[in-house]
Amino acid sequence: MKNNADQFIREKYEHGFVTDIEQDTFEPGLDEDVIKKISQIKNEPSFLTEWRLRAFSQWKTMQEPHWGQLKYNPIDYQSLSYYSAPKNNKDAPKSLDEVDPKLLETYEKLGIPLHERAKLAGVAVDAVFDSVSVATTFKDTLEKVGVIFCSFSEAVQKYPELIERYLGTVVPQRDNFFAALNSAVFSDGSFVYIPKNTKCPMELSTYFRINASNTGQFERTLIIADEGSYVSYLEGCTAPMRDENQLHAAVVELVALKDAEIKYSTVQNWYPGDENGVGGIYNFVTKRGDCRGANSKISWTQVETGSAITWKYPSCILRGENSIGKFYSVAVANNFQQADTGTKMIHIGKNTKSTIISKGISAGNASNAYRGRVKFFKNAENARNYTQCDSLILGSNASAHTFPEIDNLCNKSVIEHEATTSKISDDQLMYCQQRGLSEEDSVNLIVNGFCKEVFKELPMEFAVEAQNLLNVTLEGAIG
Amino acid sequence: MLEIEKLNVSVENKIILNDFSLKINPGEVHAVMGKNGAGKSSLAQAIIGNSNYSINSGKIKFNGSLINDLEINERALLGIFLAFQYPIEIPGVNNTYLLRSALNAKLKSEGKDEIDSFDFLKLIKTLMNKMNISDEFIHRSVNEGFSGGEKKKNEVLQMLLLEPKLCILDETDSGLDVDALKIVSNGVNELRDSERSFLIITHYKRLLELIKPDLVHVIANGTIVKTGNATLADELDKKGFDWV
Repeated sequence: MKNNADQFIREKYEHGFVTDIEQDTFEPGLDEDVIKKISQIKNEPSFLTEWRLRAFSQWKTMQEPHWGQLKYNPIDYQSLSYYSAPKNNKDAPKSLDEVDPKLLETYEKLGIPLHERAKLAGVAVDAVFDSVSVATTFKDTLEKVGVIFCSFSEAVQKYPELIERYLGTVVPQRDNFFAALNSAVFSDGSFVYIPKNTKCPMELSTYFRINASNTGQFERTLIIADEGSYVSYLEGCTAPMRDENQLHAAVVELVALKDAEIKYSTVQNWYPGDENGVGGIYNFVTKRGDCRGANSKISWTQVETGSAITWKYPSCILRGENSIGKFYSVAVANNFQQADTGTKMIHIGKNTKSTIISKGISAGNASNAYRGRVKFFKNAENARNYTQCDSLILGSNASAHTFPEIDNLCNKSVIEHEATTSKISDDQLMYCQQRGLSEEDSVNLIVNGFCKEVFKELPMEFAVEAQNLLNVTLEGAIG
Repeated sequence: MLEIEKLNVSVENKIILNDFSLKINPGEVHAVMGKNGAGKSSLAQAIIGNSNYSINSGKIKFNGSLINDLEINERALLGIFLAFQYPIEIPGVNNTYLLRSALNAKLKSEGKDEIDSFDFLKLIKTLMNKMNISDEFIHRSVNEGFSGGEKKKNEVLQMLLLEPKLCILDETDSGLDVDALKIVSNGVNELRDSERSFLIITHYKRLLELIKPDLVHVIANGTIVKTGNATLADELDKKGFDWV
């Protein structure tokens, strides 16, 4: 078996994985050899290979966490394959005719242009849409101001010194079980560097990045905003994404230096499984931002509607004095989805401020939990946190849970916490219906009203899409 | 406009309207009075199509068509409007957002174009002026934190906006001070014309002094026990409902 794999890798490497698209997936299993091979295929410098191996040896000593409000069958990590070349079109549908009509119907409802649907559905056609020309134009724009925006693998080749300097400085290898796994086997992802005193001239979106497709289940993203710079980054897209891999364990690290600002927006709509909860994605993500310099700002805005299981806590470490962290979240769970999501705000520096606005919606048989941690270190004088976490329940089988944790070691800080749980009542629906709105439109009206505070933080087009997405996700949630 | 024939309605197996018949012609204003629990509000709920109220027998016809089996919003789009006795609060949903969605639903059902934000804002501000509703109303959530009087005024504002064919007012006068009562009744009177009909449910004759009804009905035990002209309200006011 191992010999086969060795041989396979060698062949693979000779051909270069970019052009060869046949037979490009590892045998299941994870050991040091597999990690070395991943690193070798990607032609990584030795510091990175060693970094991966250290992560792996730590991962082996760790236990999968089970404190989340989540139920799932045990994951057999040795039964997974840890490398798949960027393009595996063998089992992909050959045309839109072969795509699940339900998926196409959803694209229709979301108003996704026809030429983009094929790509989203994973149809094996080359150059289905003209992203290349779009990409080229924006690359020019970015290069002019010195912004680096490329795949993680490309960055490893071109800017190894930046990778070595920043990788793992926000999310250490052994931060948690899934982060350690990701550190050992991460496939690809995005890399962004914004030079000093530069305002990135456009919203950066993974959607436009070449080679964005098939970054795989272990994505790694690193964004560095140098002193006085600004960037707004959009991750994901509202269209439901097909993926063969059930387990996803991504890591995102943000570094904001002095006076820098990073806005990170996510719309996550992975396959949630069918009405009975079968076959959905397990999404275990570690996202963390480090406000490393004084007056820096990081904000996370997320709209989470997909995945069977979501385990995700985009957090901020407020190290620099006067730094600001924000977390705006809408998490929706319908049918048999389970979401355990929230944030951590770690106040280390003086006068640091954080805001948490979390909106959880549960419908059907779903369970939705907010889990938050606000910590004030001893020297975090005049630090403030405001937390508002609201839950909305649709139907009688759904549930909402809230686990806020406050840890205050500083006696000169202010914490405010507000929480509400409400149900869409029959009377509210009837009131809207009496004014002529259908039941579905009434639900949408109430849900969108509930999420308004978060949606207004999203870049505009994204906000409209997110609203449509929510409506589609909750279709048939009542009655 | 509205024809109710031998209607029998129950809630949780308790009969609340029994052999109830009522006919309202276009342009007529009917008042319904009666003791608490007589079935006044149930009548309103049955007409709008509240699914908790089951029709065991009888017919509700609107402009000649049977509407027994229509959904609540389908009836609304035909032009049936209820000013609720207890308007519900919807936190997070902006007043104007609901109003505009409702107006657009109506326009759409009539095959017309939706109204744009600017025209809508102009329209709603004119109506708010009429109802003496302050500008901040636009930024508030539906009925959230409204006083009793504000909620009732909001109901009439919605009525003015949607211009329904049949307006049902369920104790819209309760809890209003004299000034608010005047504003509300002015709003209603403004809508009166030869086509539009009204069903006004009330305990008190003071509203009926401001909105003159064509007919007054007294309900007891789920059915109409007496019908008369506007003077019946005066008589009831003096002698009480037991007199009937």
